Amino acid sequence: MKGKTVTRGTGLSPFGGKRSCRRVSITTVSAKVNAVDSLKRGVGTCAKVSTKGVSSSVRVASVWRERTGGRRDQGSVSCRAGGGSAYDYDVCIIGCGVGGHGAALHAVQQGLKTCIIEGHDIGGTCVNRGCVPSKALLAASGRIREMQNEMHLKAMGIQVGSVSFDRQGVADHANQLASNIQGNLKNSLIALGVDIHTGMGKFVDNHTISYGLPGRVDVGGQLTAKDIIIATGSVPFVPPGIKIDGKTVFTSDHALKLEWIPDWVAIIGSGYIGLEFSDVYTALGSEVTFIEAVDKIMPGFDNEIARLAQRTLITPRNIDFRTGVLATNVKAGIPGVKPVEIELTDFKTKEKVDVMEVDACLVATGRVPFTQGLSLDKIGAETDRRGFVPVTEKMEVVGKNGKPVPNVYCIGDANGKYMLAHAASAQGISAIENIVGRSHVLNHLSVPAACFTHPEVSFVGLTEEQAREKAAEEKFEVAVVKTSFKANSKALAELEGDGMAKAIYRKDTGEILGVWIIGLHAADLIHEASNAVATNQTIQDLKFNVHAHPTLSEVLDELFKHAEVDAKPKPKSEPPKKTAVTAAS
Amino acid sequence: MKGFASVTRTTKVATCVGGAQRSGRSTAKRLVTRAKVREIFMPALSSTMTEGKIVSWLKGSGEKITKGESIVVVESDKADMDVETFYDGYIGSIVVPDGATAAVGEPIAYIAETEAELEEAKSKSGGGGAPAAAAAEPEPEAPAAPPAEAAAPAPAAPAPAPAAPAPAPAAPAPAAPAPAPVKRADGRVIATPYAKKLAKELGVDLSTLGGSGPNGRITASDVELAKSGGAPPAAPPASTPAATPAAPAAASSPPAKKAAPAAAAPSGDGEVVPFTGMQAAVSSNMIASLEIPVSRVAYTITTDAFDALYKKLKPKGVTMTALLSKAVAVALTKHPIMYAACTPAGDGIIYNENINIAVAVAMPDGGLITPVLQNADKTDIYQLSRNWGDLVTRARGKQLAPDEYSTGTFTISNLGMYGVDKFDAILPSGTGTIMAVGGSKPTVVATADGKIGVEKQMTINLTTDHRIIYGADAAEFCQTLKAVIENPDDLTM
Repeated sequence: MKGKTVTRGTGLSPFGGKRSCRRVSITTVSAKVNAVDSLKRGVGTCAKVSTKGVSSSVRVASVWRERTGGRRDQGSVSCRAGGGSAYDYDVCIIGCGVGGHGAALHAVQQGLKTCIIEGHDIGGTCVNRGCVPSKALLAASGRIREMQNEMHLKAMGIQVGSVSFDRQGVADHANQLASNIQGNLKNSLIALGVDIHTGMGKFVDNHTISYGLPGRVDVGGQLTAKDIIIATGSVPFVPPGIKIDGKTVFTSDHALKLEWIPDWVAIIGSGYIGLEFSDVYTALGSEVTFIEAVDKIMPGFDNEIARLAQRTLITPRNIDFRTGVLATNVKAGIPGVKPVEIELTDFKTKEKVDVMEVDACLVATGRVPFTQGLSLDKIGAETDRRGFVPVTEKMEVVGKNGKPVPNVYCIGDANGKYMLAHAASAQGISAIENIVGRSHVLNHLSVPAACFTHPEVSFVGLTEEQAREKAAEEKFEVAVVKTSFKANSKALAELEGDGMAKAIYRKDTGEILGVWIIGLHAADLIHEASNAVATNQTIQDLKFNVHAHPTLSEVLDELFKHAEVDAKPKPKSEPPKKTAVTAAS
Repeated sequence: MKGFASVTRTTKVATCVGGAQRSGRSTAKRLVTRAKVREIFMPALSSTMTEGKIVSWLKGSGEKITKGESIVVVESDKADMDVETFYDGYIGSIVVPDGATAAVGEPIAYIAETEAELEEAKSKSGGGGAPAAAAAEPEPEAPAAPPAEAAAPAPAAPAPAPAAPAPAPAAPAPAAPAPAPVKRADGRVIATPYAKKLAKELGVDLSTLGGSGPNGRITASDVELAKSGGAPPAAPPASTPAATPAAPAAASSPPAKKAAPAAAAPSGDGEVVPFTGMQAAVSSNMIASLEIPVSRVAYTITTDAFDALYKKLKPKGVTMTALLSKAVAVALTKHPIMYAACTPAGDGIIYNENINIAVAVAMPDGGLITPVLQNADKTDIYQLSRNWGDLVTRARGKQLAPDEYSTGTFTISNLGMYGVDKFDAILPSGTGTIMAVGGSKPTVVATADGKIGVEKQMTINLTTDHRIIYGADAAEFCQTLKAVIENPDDLTM
């Protein structure tokens, strides 16, 4: 049984202004709580304090020491805690997607007794209906595409006979992968002593959650926790007028099962999800039409990258697109009998412009938070118009009064700050850091994102357009450097010279504003840039990094080396005497 | 090793744009226009660049361009770069289309200063010695075909190329016919993305086509067929075959034309269902076959030993088709004339080098295709069976390459499995013989020793081009084949 941190402050004080009083009162209360807590545990609270305690009691004490040390503003202290009642858990996480999982692991590492409430599948969207199975489909279809590209193989002296595939086999691979990863996640949690409760959670108050499943009496109950993290994730967004039948009109949830391969698929939305599926479908022989409301496809991308993406991912394939139109009415069809009808309406004039007839329609118009039924009113909070739970930069839930709700956090897609699995996990870790009293704010501009098409696209930070806008506002000069995969030996060896990397940075200081990569293994390459942003390195710092030759990482090496910055590089510390140098090639 | 990498620090490279008189190719007539039409040259993007490939035109013909705007993306030996223009004006014509290559300094497009000069700029390309590109889109006549096309997993439509019409033996397709290419009642053109792309590349006007897809949707194979002249344009009243003149050396277009009016002249009240692409191809091939004088020779062969061998080999994955093909191939080695063909001009005999056995297969969607077992005489029976299995699988998936269904030198059509006793096959043009195989049945016979016995017998019926293969040739071959089938043990060697 791990120790319990009984209470914590929120970042902002409901007692605003009465600073000295608050300090005093908190010290008092926390002392009391400590005493109560220690009595319960039967161990002394005056154990030696170290910042990274090895035993839970020490760690708890350290947390308290930090708090009472006045390092950060302390907010209200729960009456219940003060009253001496104990909670079942230190942290309860509602939802076990990648965000909840990441938060749980970090919580356990901090010595918190942790539980998770999950109403569907462990692993959430990413593992079961998102990133993970789609990677399996992309891996299979990518190989098919590669082996069908006779010209490319021939250039390497390879000849293959005809390439065929078994749809069910590809689908099974995705399914198998999802259940593997799901099992791994579950086992890792159980091994760490995280309790997993089945049900959909809802708030009774700030510290109490009741959970259950509709129609089930065997699962459910009520539990208390000192801190609660909402990590309920999201579901695919289906615009009004579109009827999902799961067969001819479907979302990514159904598409991932790959139950059939339609001859012609319309994909509504040309974001990551749409692009990745276009990659899968075209490799498997389908033709694709994108329907995009904005007047260009891949609207979230840096313009130049989007142009190159169009040249490599759209134009050479059997894909066309309609931009500036909304799919206002989609009528399901019957495979092989009746086509799906899609009514297109001009985004600006709102006039009906066309009716498309296709075999299937994938709705990839983004995702909406899954936050209904949480009873947020019980904690004085509510979702915004779109269903997102508003949070502070420390992931604290913001109440209706505009102030943080004590002890309640929200991470991941449910807060809508950055709807990516790894962003959710990073937010979870950030929330736990704040829970244990180490003030932490996640820099979302350091969170990388990737689109796993062939070739991949990845980025961190801003687009060139956004950076220039920001520069105009804040009056600094933006500089851009670019490199091509064509100049990279490894890429040439693979005959994959299509691609580029670009870095956008401040000319005066060298601060990295954004890095974009499109090309072979771009998703793996972005981390040098994103980690540099996360650790506040400037682009001139990166010039000194060494990359093995010949590797794709040299694309970034070239990129950084060509950056010109006004500021001089920071003086480097002398290298250690014994430098291990690996000779390459 | 890293040193050679050139980095595109600046995105934009200005084009070399000069007056028309610089071209040296302009005719005197054009010089009168005072050089308001300018050429855009392939720029030198690096010191080592000698030629560049147009990745894509960012502006199309007729579009307005302003100074400093990117108009084309050029791929050099090092990188792709956006190229911008020095001048305001309009793109008159694009001489080097997307995907094509031009040497540094060669004109890649013409631009007009004002809209008034647009027409002249458009006509420029003709004078420049480059292929005319009068239409808004770059025409595909340019010599360099974009090599990237192979990336597209285009289902290899088994449509016959005009030069080598696919043999369409008589075996009638048992399956229901595929939906006919019909024009939509509402007059709209619905075409798949690949069909649109192909139509643009091949210069086919989609509005003249009917579609064989659901609800008259035009698919890529409809476009391909229209281009090859195989498919009659579907619209009965309005359009004369607009696509036909565009067809290069449309060998099969005369029969197609003949077929079209016949199909479009309904006499009664019944509904007219126009041909699908494949039906149209079959039809024109059938008409073409009428120009070949044929003779027929039937022969009865006892198959007891053959069946016994098949039973023995079946567990090892040997198929009846492969075994039969093997037997025919072995017999053919002694009769080169039987797999020869008459020259297209009808003035000689083409003795084929290889014994390639084409076997007619009915497709599930109502088509008919003839996958070819190459060198069947030299390939062992097990390999032959594997080859056959692979061909059939891919034929069903429409993934056969043309040389896998059009290189047969002898064709077999087998309806024995339907219980057909004997039938006539129609000789596909370009080959000398087709063999129709009936079912093998227990038959009461008078045996050689004068008793009554029961033997399994099948009847084969050869249809041959009588210009080169006479009755006696066919009969001799039948004798050899009979010997092979009745003493089949050599086939496994």
